[in-house]
Amino acid sequence: MKAGALEGRETDAPDVTRAEYCVVACAEAWRGAGEVLASPMGLVPSVGARLARHTFAPDLLLTDGEALLVGLDGTVEGWLPYRQHLALVTGGRRHVMMGASQIDRYGNQNISCIGDWARPARQLLGVRGAPVNTLNNPTSYWIPRHSRRVFVEKVDMVCGVGYDHAAGARHHRIPRVVSDLGVFDFATPDRSMRLASLHPGVSVEEVREATGFALVVPDEVPYTREPTAEELRLIRTVIDPHNTRAQEVGA
Amino acid sequence: MSDKTMTADEAVGRLMSGMTLGIGGWGSRRKPMALVRALLRSPVTDLTLVSYGGPDVGMLVAAGRVRKLVTAFVTLDSIPLEPHFRAARERGELELTEIDEAMFMWGLRAAANRLPFLPVRAGIGSDVMRVNPGLRTVTSPYEDGERFVAMPALRLDAALVHVNRADRQGNGQYLGPDPYFDDLFCEAADAAYVSCERIVDTAELTKAAAPQSLLVKRHTVTGVVEAPNGAHFTSCAPDYGRDEAFQKRYATTPWPEFAARFLAGDEQAYQAAVREET
Repeated sequence: MKAGALEGRETDAPDVTRAEYCVVACAEAWRGAGEVLASPMGLVPSVGARLARHTFAPDLLLTDGEALLVGLDGTVEGWLPYRQHLALVTGGRRHVMMGASQIDRYGNQNISCIGDWARPARQLLGVRGAPVNTLNNPTSYWIPRHSRRVFVEKVDMVCGVGYDHAAGARHHRIPRVVSDLGVFDFATPDRSMRLASLHPGVSVEEVREATGFALVVPDEVPYTREPTAEELRLIRTVIDPHNTRAQEVGA
Repeated sequence: MSDKTMTADEAVGRLMSGMTLGIGGWGSRRKPMALVRALLRSPVTDLTLVSYGGPDVGMLVAAGRVRKLVTAFVTLDSIPLEPHFRAARERGELELTEIDEAMFMWGLRAAANRLPFLPVRAGIGSDVMRVNPGLRTVTSPYEDGERFVAMPALRLDAALVHVNRADRQGNGQYLGPDPYFDDLFCEAADAAYVSCERIVDTAELTKAAAPQSLLVKRHTVTGVVEAPNGAHFTSCAPDYGRDEAFQKRYATTPWPEFAARFLAGDEQAYQAAVREET
């Protein structure tokens, strides 16, 4: 990979933060999604979903985090209590971006516990809706701190189903994994994780070093795209003026 | 029509050790905490809890009343990890049936509809199957041939839920944005005990609210308990939000100390102790 070939781009927009590249990378998950519910979990994906809704995915549905469907200005346009939300999942008109305490090369995700399930070293949330999400609607992941503790050889508890366990389930799809270092997908013959783009300022070596399994790295790896001037304005002054995104991804 | 009003202690007095108990609400939202506190004052133990878990689970686990838990998560929402649930799991003390949120819902629906199971597209491929070796699958008898988890009915001996208003006959009304699954818990149970912020006359229920806010129907209800601030410290919109400061206190205070300070007396003493704190 020749990251150096593109290094000049960093200086074109020297003031774009890593968190803002992450926002754009998350927003891109919903490009072309149409009239579906965007379910972002985490601050950066939430900013990303709203950015997508403001710009290239104007038909997205968003919630207030509770039971209401709301427009960008907070106008209530619908009702989506948990019972309907869980039913909507099965209908497939949703693209969720979940977190992951562990994720492996095939996209198996764990948010339940670390260690032996019978007596975990660390009890986490539980499987929540990861099993139903991954078999029914596109499920992407957001990892704010890319490390070997998260990107592991094998997850301790499969909550979100990866490509090897999905066995071709008809509605299973993991469009992308976004971390603070780059964007990843599964566009490989055996559906193992591939480095799709690097956030400007990150090297392939850095990603390899922080990943606990052998990542597929193409000969040429592009950089995550720059935000447009309008996108930066929306992120900074309209969607996230208090810079909550920096709480998840530091400078 | 029968007047089903009773005290929280009377409601809990009808429960027995070893029962399977469903608890309504979701995470740290509209949990029947006054009934849970009454349960903590009672000798009832060895429970199987079925709950989208929050501090209801945490407290009963901390007090050693739970033999087994059926859940998809336990969380305090603004504090992601429930400390007492977490500690019990890490000590290997809690028997757990860990299922997906949708599997849980379909399990309640199966129970409410007197079905042995309902097919659900969730679980297959995940370790929910590994940790629940008793789960079976069914294959569609139609040409698609898809295989599903046959989610068994989550039948309950009793259900505890908390709503905003109820009449004396057990018609329960929610006024917040989300009904959660409280009606299903009641329908899935042999006996349901509904606590509420305020008991009102039946006619009062629809004076200012739409009829679809009438969530729980009286034929599914055994007892009605008036329990003002009865979801505290969880949220009960629009009557009150979550008491975040108190929840933090709960999450960061060792259980024996918390229990001694707030749970040694009755519900009135609890509410008085809470007022003293704030």
